[in-house]
Amino acid sequence: MEIYLLLKVTWWILLGVLLMGLAIMVGMDMGVGTVLRWVGRTDSERRVALNIIGPHWDGNQVWFILGGGAIFAAWPIVYATAFSGLYVVMLLLLWSMIVRPLGFEYRSKLKGPRWRNAWDWSLFVSGFVPMLVFGAAIGNALQGFPFHFEWHLASFYTGSFLALFNPFAILCGLLSVALSVYMGCAMLMIRGEGELYARARGFLDRSALAALALFTLGGIWVVFLDGYQLVQGPAPGVAQTPLQQEVVRASGAWLDNFLAMPLLWLVPGLAYLGLAAGRWGALNDRPQLAWWLGALAWIGVIGTVGAAMFPFMMPSSAEPSHSLTVWNASSSEYTLMWMLGFTVVFMPLILWYTSWAFWVMRGKVSAKHVEADDHAY
Amino acid sequence: MIDPMVVELSRWQFAATALYHFLFVPLTLGLSFLLAAMETVYVTTGRTIYRDMAQFWGKLFLINFALGVATGLTMEFQFGTNWSFYSSFVGDIFGAPLAIEGLMAFFMESTFVGLMVFGWARLSKAQHLAVTYLVALASNLSAVWILVANGFMQDPQGALFNPDTMRMELASFGELIFSHDAQSKFVHTSIAGFVTAAVFVCGVSAYYMLRGRHLAIAKRSFRMAALFGVLSSAGVITLGDALGFVGAHAHPSKLVAMEGLWEYEEPPVGFNVIAIPNEEEMQNDYALRIPYLTSLLVTRSLHDPVPSADTLIERADERIRSGIEAVTALKALQDDPDDTEARARFEAHQDDLGYGFLVGFYAQDQDPALATEADIQRAARDAIPNMAIVFWSFRVMVVSGLLMLAFFTLAVIFTLRNDVHRQRAFLRFSLLMIPVPFIACEAGWLVAEVGRQPWTVYEVLPTWMSVSTHSVNHLIFSLAGFVLLYSIFIAIEMYLMVKFIRQGPTEHGHATAVAAK
Ligand code: HDD
Ligand code: HEM
Ligand code: HEM
Repeated sequence: MEIYLLLKVTWWILLGVLLMGLAIMVGMDMGVGTVLRWVGRTDSERRVALNIIGPHWDGNQVWFILGGGAIFAAWPIVYATAFSGLYVVMLLLLWSMIVRPLGFEYRSKLKGPRWRNAWDWSLFVSGFVPMLVFGAAIGNALQGFPFHFEWHLASFYTGSFLALFNPFAILCGLLSVALSVYMGCAMLMIRGEGELYARARGFLDRSALAALALFTLGGIWVVFLDGYQLVQGPAPGVAQTPLQQEVVRASGAWLDNFLAMPLLWLVPGLAYLGLAAGRWGALNDRPQLAWWLGALAWIGVIGTVGAAMFPFMMPSSAEPSHSLTVWNASSSEYTLMWMLGFTVVFMPLILWYTSWAFWVMRGKVSAKHVEADDHAY
Repeated sequence: MIDPMVVELSRWQFAATALYHFLFVPLTLGLSFLLAAMETVYVTTGRTIYRDMAQFWGKLFLINFALGVATGLTMEFQFGTNWSFYSSFVGDIFGAPLAIEGLMAFFMESTFVGLMVFGWARLSKAQHLAVTYLVALASNLSAVWILVANGFMQDPQGALFNPDTMRMELASFGELIFSHDAQSKFVHTSIAGFVTAAVFVCGVSAYYMLRGRHLAIAKRSFRMAALFGVLSSAGVITLGDALGFVGAHAHPSKLVAMEGLWEYEEPPVGFNVIAIPNEEEMQNDYALRIPYLTSLLVTRSLHDPVPSADTLIERADERIRSGIEAVTALKALQDDPDDTEARARFEAHQDDLGYGFLVGFYAQDQDPALATEADIQRAARDAIPNMAIVFWSFRVMVVSGLLMLAFFTLAVIFTLRNDVHRQRAFLRFSLLMIPVPFIACEAGWLVAEVGRQPWTVYEVLPTWMSVSTHSVNHLIFSLAGFVLLYSIFIAIEMYLMVKFIRQGPTEHGHATAVAAK
């Protein structure tokens, strides 16, 4: 029993780690895509920018794939309900994302300016849209989604597509775009030089300020938002379905965890610290430091949402008692255990060879280099 | 309520996007090993022509790889977006191999592919070679895990239904991954990828020999691919036969469809070389038969019974009736978990739960409890998949396999006599062979997946119930989007492929016109 409880919480934390990994690594590449057209004015500058992340974007993208796979394995009903409920949004996310591999791989294969321009725009779309949707999805999770279940747990979604783009969700979406631009620019500063470096610093400066403002505004908004409270249900460590609990909505309920455990205020503190100190670092030409502090900011932002919502994962606004929580949405104890085993073995390995890949490709990328290299993007 | 049109369109969408993904997968699986082999020769002999070879084929590899990755993303999403009941019902089992695939294979594949492309100048020869091998290894590892997942759908091993959580749960990880079906699928599919790459390399090399260009590289590439190909095509045939044997026992309705067996016959049963299955009359309008052969292939004996459509339909009929009991008992149990009578009734019938779900499609309000006699008969009839598609796809695959074995045998003979470049007719034939392995792969998946109908998870979960509860408009929107995007993608990919093939390899550093880049 208690092992199952522990596994559920562990997997909830691991999901958080995956979302952070996704946001930091994929977000960085998408940030580069978003600002590509402005940070690089000439074709040569844009190629330098693309080649800075060129060796890594594909590996980074696997954070995203693994995010999907891990939710499927550890929280199957969350994967099923979220992905099908948000159908049109998911398709927008997917369609914008699948253009990206082609953008990287094909853009510089032909010389024509129209060809390259078209791919530059598609890289913009495939950087901006997914991060906007990512943030907006989290914003909507805080508000609850309109879904309910039938007796055999088939899920029904009763909301409209446009309702997902409400003001609070858009705010969260923009916050996520700002953070991704920040990370992308930090990377461009680390491996870029000259004009590219200077412009990246400018964008980083502005995106850090924007993120600070949006995060603060979002925090204030949440105080007035309807949160959810688990009134009663089966014991957390018991195998259960989402149809056995009672949940109510209450204004400001997302603050409950913070009020009960004041130590949690440190989590949003990390976001402020990361952004403010990171911006300072960048302006003082310490891009490495700025990158790590940006990662810390992401951890703070996603951690804040997690701390506020626990144990909720996907509250239902249509039928609050059908909300998905850490207790009722997880896989079986046996599956969680096996998956944990694989994660414990492979996650360190992944971190190790990813770091090695970054280390091999370290150093500045120059325009001369890119022109001369037959393999460059 | 689930709209039958939504089921239909979701199936079309999955079939289209999966078949499309599998246009790119086999070449990745096989070409990655060929690249590693070429580079091995370069590293061990130091002859730079093999490096030029690896780099040239590597470029084509990457054009293909980008689309493999892009279309794979669609697949990863699609279980949730379009098959949400499926995902929550078997996610406890099915999600695990998918997640492990990410952890173990995709990370490795994608991280090292970056180094493979950008690392030529930064890694030592041995390091770069190791990186190339890791890419090849990782892509084939990804095949292992996805085929474990798919193997579970074909022959669900190691899982049990849990009434407390209302879903299937993993009971034995070992049984899941060592399921015979999954294992034989993996070898057959991976080797199918090797064959595909071998034909591709032979075909493109033949093009250069016909034009008299890049002879040094073309002849060497051709020879390596021909040797690789003759072994793989022999392998794919042997393992295909093994797969058929394993599949036949796990999954008789697919076997019946592959072999066109409508009516029960006393063994030994003959083999339908060619037949025209007639779904309405439930018989073959025409059949060309070889006596005894089906019995020999399927049971490896002359007197064991061979399944047939009519006996399977009869059995399905019985199991549906028992399954209706299981569904009603489960519903009672859901209302009151302490109802001991319902629990006992459920346990008595739970093996047939899937058949109870199956009849829901035809029943009033899609409630199996309301199924009429006519509904039960229609559902039982559905237990046999579309025979014509499965039967003919299977033959297309087998004929392609035999054709390729013949092709590679000739190719090896010519290349060992060192006169391929003079066999102009054979070279033209090699070019024409390029589409054949792709067709065989697609046909293979049609056999596997259409042959699994009407189930997503064989005898556990019917296809109609697996879908998400969307409106038809949603599906029209997404299907239109995929058709549009994917058509543009394939046009661009083919254009670049042809352009870079025309342009040809760069030899010894002195450029044969390196356009763009
Ligand atoms: C037998 C092999 C095989 C099969 C049946 C599938 N795939 Fe695949 N997939 C591969 C073999 C592969 C690969 C060889 O590893 C790919 C193809 C080309 C490539 O770039 O990697 C790949 C790429 C690929 C990617 C991108 C990975 C990356 O970024 O490196 C994803 C997310 C998926 N696939 C997911 C799926 C799903 C969910 C499937 C089930 C319907 C599926 N694939 C069927
Ligand atoms: C990439 C290779 C694959 C190809 C070419 C392929 C092909 C197909 C086809 C043609 C169908 C439609 C069958 C029909 O509706 O009559 C289908 C359905 C389906 N396949 Fe596959 N498949 C592939 C891999 C997989 C894998 C690896 C899985 C699971 C891991 C899978 C799961 C499904 C599901 C869930 C459906 C939908 C339900 C159905 O209509 O059967 N497929 N596939
Ligand atoms: C004489 C030769 C062959 C035989 C007897 C054979 C047999 C089979 C069988 C029985 C299946 C269905 C698996 C299931 O039960 O679901 C299958 C699937 C498949 N075959 Fe073949 N096959 C042959 C040749 C080939 C060739 C030449 C290729 C491609 C180059 C190929 C590619 C595939 C693929 C991709 C699948 C689907 C994946 C799977 O189910 O493993 N096969 N084959």
